[in-house]
Amino acid sequence: MIRSLSRAWLATAALLAAVGLLTAAPALAGKKDDTLVWATDRDNPIADPYYLNTRELLVIGHHVWDTLVIIDPKTAEIRPLLATKWTWVDATTLEFELRKDVKFHSGKPMDADDVVYTLNHVSNKDNAIANFALLAWIKSAEKIDANHVRLLMRNPFPAALAYLAGIAFIMEKGHYDNAPVKPDGKKDFGAVKPNGTGPYKITEVKPGDSISMVRNPDYFKDGFKGSPAISRIKFRTIKDGNTRVAELMTGAVDWLWDVPKDQAERIKANPAVVVENAKTLRVSYLAFDVTGASGQKFFTDKRVRQAVAHAIDREAIIKNLVGPASVVAPSPCHPDQFACSSDVPKYAYDPAKAKALLKEAGYPDGFEFDLYAYREREYTEAVIGDLVKVGLKPKLNYMQYTAFVENVHKGKTPVAHGTWGSNSIPDVSAMTSHFFLHGPDDLTRDAEVKRLIDEADANTDPAKRKAVWHKALTRIAEEAFWVPLFTYAKYYAFSKDLVFTPTSDEVPQFFAAKWK
Amino acid sequence: MLAFTLKRLGVALLVALTVSLITFSMIYVSGDPAIAIAGEGARREDVEAIRKFYGFDRPVIVQYVDWLAGAVQGDFGRSFTLRQPVAEVIFSRLPVTMALGASAIAFALLLAIPLGVLAAVRPNSIFDRFALTLAVVGQAMPSFWFALTLILWLGVYWRLLPITGSDSWQNFVMPAIALGYYVTPAVMRLTRAGMLEVLSSDYIRTARAKGLRTGSVLFKHALRNAIIPVVSLAAVQFGFMLGGSIVIETIFQINGLGYLAWESIQRKDLPTMQAVVLVLSVIYVVLTLAADLLNAFLDPRLRVT
Repeated sequence: MIRSLSRAWLATAALLAAVGLLTAAPALAGKKDDTLVWATDRDNPIADPYYLNTRELLVIGHHVWDTLVIIDPKTAEIRPLLATKWTWVDATTLEFELRKDVKFHSGKPMDADDVVYTLNHVSNKDNAIANFALLAWIKSAEKIDANHVRLLMRNPFPAALAYLAGIAFIMEKGHYDNAPVKPDGKKDFGAVKPNGTGPYKITEVKPGDSISMVRNPDYFKDGFKGSPAISRIKFRTIKDGNTRVAELMTGAVDWLWDVPKDQAERIKANPAVVVENAKTLRVSYLAFDVTGASGQKFFTDKRVRQAVAHAIDREAIIKNLVGPASVVAPSPCHPDQFACSSDVPKYAYDPAKAKALLKEAGYPDGFEFDLYAYREREYTEAVIGDLVKVGLKPKLNYMQYTAFVENVHKGKTPVAHGTWGSNSIPDVSAMTSHFFLHGPDDLTRDAEVKRLIDEADANTDPAKRKAVWHKALTRIAEEAFWVPLFTYAKYYAFSKDLVFTPTSDEVPQFFAAKWK
Repeated sequence: MLAFTLKRLGVALLVALTVSLITFSMIYVSGDPAIAIAGEGARREDVEAIRKFYGFDRPVIVQYVDWLAGAVQGDFGRSFTLRQPVAEVIFSRLPVTMALGASAIAFALLLAIPLGVLAAVRPNSIFDRFALTLAVVGQAMPSFWFALTLILWLGVYWRLLPITGSDSWQNFVMPAIALGYYVTPAVMRLTRAGMLEVLSSDYIRTARAKGLRTGSVLFKHALRNAIIPVVSLAAVQFGFMLGGSIVIETIFQINGLGYLAWESIQRKDLPTMQAVVLVLSVIYVVLTLAADLLNAFLDPRLRVT
């Protein structure tokens, strides 16, 4: 009886295995299906880059829509895309000439009306785009004629082109007019069916699951983005990191990024996969409570701040934890950002000097203080390890991002270990201005730095702007208001059948990728 | 029986309400919801506007009562991140989690009951020891580790089963094993204990004396009586499955309620979080209540109020 039971079990198991083998759903991905499947852990329930502020939507934005101008990630130069020429009429006015051969996915040709409609929509506070702060400098847009547009700014904004290139996707005129109305009476702009001019069109959005795109056969030729080679692109949400890697191994997914270093090192050995480490625009930093608002007044003393700068072995952190493409950041901005100067006073790794400075400041035995952090815990712990070696006693307050920001805004953080991605905008104002113009994230409140930054950004002449910014960055480094740590590097892992080059702006150019 | 039922029902309701109240208030301890929605890099004015718009500036108890009033009518509000009515989202994902839970319990029962019967038939033998070891290992293993191991062997190395999604029944095999295995020891031991007790009773001796086949004795007569406590245990364990499904659904990327719970916690999607907790706790409470009532119905000695 027992034998027959066991036999029944075995038979069932074998049958299931056989059925499973024969009918396992084939993964529709990879070279043979001409479909590039990429996955991250984030859910992207809607497909409008103005109404969902995630990295994935920014990437999809650049594939389904176009901007007036675009930044060449290799040279950091502004290049034409929907606009062919542009002129600075004065410090607050830009004029653009537009291409004549562009069509939306709906079939309608693009002209000045669409650009005017889009720029006026996004710069209107009532429309509440998710990234409003980044385009709030736009006052209005006017049509000059069918192919010429004038853009007016609220105040001089020399980085205007960089911001337009990063996120100002052009929508068709009237795109948001028929948006569905939410129960509270407001329009749900994010729910409008996606319609752009870009090299790919969206075919399906499954909230919580995937966004599918197909190549646009009518995409204009000889633009910066070229003519895409891959027919279909599908974005999938897969939450667990190990599962994502497993799917990459089986070929169900073709492209991943943000692979942790130890996992990346391990899968390098797999012949089916290519692993690369590339830099990003994200910067890791320590911000000091210079005003003493937190009640722990140690960091009001310049010598203490400089001691911390000397105490941290940034090169070791980069080498052991971050990745080969990471570099030390001497200024509170990314070295690839325009006007971000690395030619500023630097603090070499010198624990002896750090101890001497602390002694001079009156703390020969160090002191206890609170350090706040929210991101990669291992990086923060490495910093703490270095500080302990010079006698300091940091107490780690590790928390979620929202709680961290709250504490910073309330002035409670003697030292805040933060990071900033600048929304991938390669201009110094996308980072340094955010933290040194006496806003809620400014823990320094230095009048001289603000004066210099305001003076710098009133110049549209790039050379003059750079020179004044250099003065501001020098002051910040001299005073050690911050200890900028390093730039982030990401690990990419993708199918060996794919020809793909990562770019430092963290916007993967799938439109430039192809199968081997 | 009626008084017992009503009293149990009242307690169940209180438990569900308490859980929802506690969850609601815990959200505020872990950070400012307005900043969570506004995201990284938002300006203070944007955060304030969001605070006003969603009513976060009202006292917490007012917000709770407001929500509860809506929930009772089936309106759980709108998800911040999925931009749909929460009720719609939950009830579209519930069947997937139910299917996962049901297949996990089915796997557990299919594995545990025969093991328990066979162990009872040959107590203290090698087979019995083996069955117990198998069960204990199941309880000691973390479910996520087991899930990843299954993925590695059945998915990556042997390519037998698909890893993510919920499109076909094959997608549920590994998740069901990973989730159900945890329950196996309890069911197995209970079956074994119940069978041992029943097998030594008089009516079984009579059945054997009458010359009935072993199979008939074991399954038609003994198991039927021994299985009663197992049924109510299974009902309660089904509730545990719904909780354990968060990890399994996330690893296997199954779009069910557990995954939704994780997502909404990460996204600070308050309406969804609260609704999911309420729905899961109500289901669990109902299952426990059903198990209680079933037991009381079958065994009148348990009807103490």
